[in-house]
Amino acid sequence: MPEQYQDVIIAGFGGQGVMLIGNLLAQAGMEYGLEVSFIPVYGAEMRGGTANCTVVMDKHPIGAPLVREPLSTIVLNEPSLAKFQPRLNPHGVQVVNASLVEAGLVDAARRSVCIPANDMAHELGNVKLANMVALGAWLKATAVLPLAVVQEALKRVVNAHYANLIPINARALEAGYNFA
Amino acid sequence: MSTEQRILIKGNEAVAFGAVDAGLRCYFGYPITPQNEIPEALSTLLPERGGQFVQAESEVAAVNMLLGAAACGVPSMTSSSGCGLSLMQEGISYMAGSHIPGVLVNMQRGGPGLGDIGPSQGDYFQAVKGGGHGDHRNLVLAPATAQECYDCMFRALALAFKYANPVLVLGDAIVGQIKEPVRRVPPADAVSEKTLAALAAPWRMEGYGKRGPDAQPRLLKSVYLAEGALAERNRLLAQKYAAMQAECAWECTDVEDATLVVVAFGSVARIARSTIRRLRAEGVRVGLFRPLTLFPFPAEALLALLPGRRFLVMEQNLGQMVEDVRLALFGQPGVTPATVQWHGIMPGLFVNADDLREPMLQALKEAF
Amino acid sequence: MPTQNLEEQLRPAAGEKLVFDTNPVLSERLTHYCPGCHHGIAHRLVGETLHELGVASRTILVASVGCATFTYDYFSVDGLEAPHGRACAVATGVRRARPEAVVFTYQGDGDMAAIGMAESLHAANRGEKITSIFINNTVYGMTGGQMAPTTLLGQKTTTTRDGRCMEREGGPIHLAEIMAGLDGVAFAARCALDSVQHVREAKKAMRTAFEVQIEGLGYGFLELLSGCPTNWHMDPVAASKRIAEAMIPVFPLGVFKNKRTEQSSQSGKVHHA
Repeated sequence: MPEQYQDVIIAGFGGQGVMLIGNLLAQAGMEYGLEVSFIPVYGAEMRGGTANCTVVMDKHPIGAPLVREPLSTIVLNEPSLAKFQPRLNPHGVQVVNASLVEAGLVDAARRSVCIPANDMAHELGNVKLANMVALGAWLKATAVLPLAVVQEALKRVVNAHYANLIPINARALEAGYNFA
Repeated sequence: MSTEQRILIKGNEAVAFGAVDAGLRCYFGYPITPQNEIPEALSTLLPERGGQFVQAESEVAAVNMLLGAAACGVPSMTSSSGCGLSLMQEGISYMAGSHIPGVLVNMQRGGPGLGDIGPSQGDYFQAVKGGGHGDHRNLVLAPATAQECYDCMFRALALAFKYANPVLVLGDAIVGQIKEPVRRVPPADAVSEKTLAALAAPWRMEGYGKRGPDAQPRLLKSVYLAEGALAERNRLLAQKYAAMQAECAWECTDVEDATLVVVAFGSVARIARSTIRRLRAEGVRVGLFRPLTLFPFPAEALLALLPGRRFLVMEQNLGQMVEDVRLALFGQPGVTPATVQWHGIMPGLFVNADDLREPMLQALKEAF
Repeated sequence: MPTQNLEEQLRPAAGEKLVFDTNPVLSERLTHYCPGCHHGIAHRLVGETLHELGVASRTILVASVGCATFTYDYFSVDGLEAPHGRACAVATGVRRARPEAVVFTYQGDGDMAAIGMAESLHAANRGEKITSIFINNTVYGMTGGQMAPTTLLGQKTTTTRDGRCMEREGGPIHLAEIMAGLDGVAFAARCALDSVQHVREAKKAMRTAFEVQIEGLGYGFLELLSGCPTNWHMDPVAASKRIAEAMIPVFPLGVFKNKRTEQSSQSGKVHHA
């Protein structure tokens, strides 16, 4: 179990599965025995630029569910990079979807994991798996939770109607984990 | 599912689960963000249990359906946000005037007017000071976590029936939208559906035949036109509101050695707790006083903290609860205007622990 | 019930024939209604109907605001007050909470067709198993004779001094016809209280308006054209005459919808409404 408090802002276009991996991470954290909070940020943004959510994990009951300077981010598109890269904690890490984000935009002074999540997802057979690929990379970069715990939690988070897609989602998590 | 198991649900969903586990039979409501998960969850949970779910044509209709069902002594509720609660004030006043136990949840959004769908505590006055016409009071509970959303629905129904009075659960967009682990286990002080039914037996609408062949018909009303009758009614209400003082509840964190006590409720209180934990780690002596009931306001408990401490009220509005804090403390020996400071967060903002750090440090500086 | 003593006193002696009796569902209290007002007749019809159907002991009355605010004082049934216009919403809550109860609202034209139009139409459209008795006297009574949604074109009120005008105030609302157009409504009729013949027809319709709720067919609605001598500034006889000559031509009498007869014609059984 990690000793340290961890938080992450996950951001992308609506439809990229930002909320799904946020939920998955929170569910896995809870099943791992941590205190967790998940909060979607909705509003005008939801209808324009980015959708995002914040997940906080800690040993202690969680107070603030939102953070100004996140310790980590998962950035699935360029508008999200523009919004959250400047806010990233100086000691933090960002997982950036290199398939959709211009490499030159990534701040070299920050710890970044640039992963071609869409391309890898495409190779796995479904571009919609890009979110899982990115989350896998985040798990490796932060070492907050074991990969297997998150893969196991898929059963509680993926809608029963799509249960047949759980194995491919688990493989996408693993591919992202092994990339980083 | 094991009852000890934690489930990851939104505060809104926790309200729905808590309500049905506490014995809710009827829900009436009209959709409004950010509380839609409450009606959405109850639209399946209630019919599964033989209860009634009605999507009303307006908040006006919803609160009056609540009035009708609660008048029958059947555990019933509605939920809404901001502008929806404004529309419900008429019905709330009638329920208070008629001794009817409606439970209402307000997941506050930014106002005034249509405002936005972000968090706000701008309905504090509306909830705590009455809100509708005439001298009516609501019992007001202020949950800060999804677990408290679950637990407080038991308390809300129990208090509504105990006092035959409207009870408001005052959350906000953060409390409603946050997803957290919840243990779906009735709290220790939960009362049974049987107890609720027994509390309602002396006044509920049911048809006089249920009470035997010689039973007298009953009447629930708020109109008293005969000379002196309304005065008598209001005297009775005043006694009831005074008796409610026994229900005061609050929580203290890190106050023992604190020189500055932050007073906050709901989502602001939990965010302030994070800030306080970090400041404590730096050796700053700051604590938290969190009212769990906003009416009755735990003034006595706050007063007990007075010697040697200053207070900083933090709330997401233009200054509402601070008036009750000042009422509790002002006039006491040694209290000056500087004893109670105030920091307001503008409604609609999403605040974090860092946002509250500077105001706390500033208040410490100014206080001494 | 409180009416027992009165009933004993009025029991016919040897050789006497009982031609009219008190109604045990109506209380002994004197009403506050003005002389010649038709609320008394409407109350009597409701009381007789509840008594004949044998449902008074499980009936819950939802009162409205207007002249009929104190309706609950005149019925020996459990009663509940609703805010102005909200009776159908309150009755919805009551019926959902107590599915075994017989629930009715008693509302005037301002309460039901102006401030409470939304609650009334939506309760009807949901097919709530309740009955609404709608008193249409073309005027606001309690507040002193202002224009109602049912006020006739040309009718002078304290807020239409030179008569209601189509261009300015629109025309009178025909609620029975509107109700009949909603799927949840099982029975919708308009009757009048101006003559013995019409009162008899109203009684028959009243029974059906309650039967459809008891049988679970849906919402029962009965509009009663009623006189308001005080605010019409005429004596009771002239008021009844006005109903016949001025109101009925605008508000035609009749049954606009009856799911009971629709059902019986389908099943081939004969029901007497």
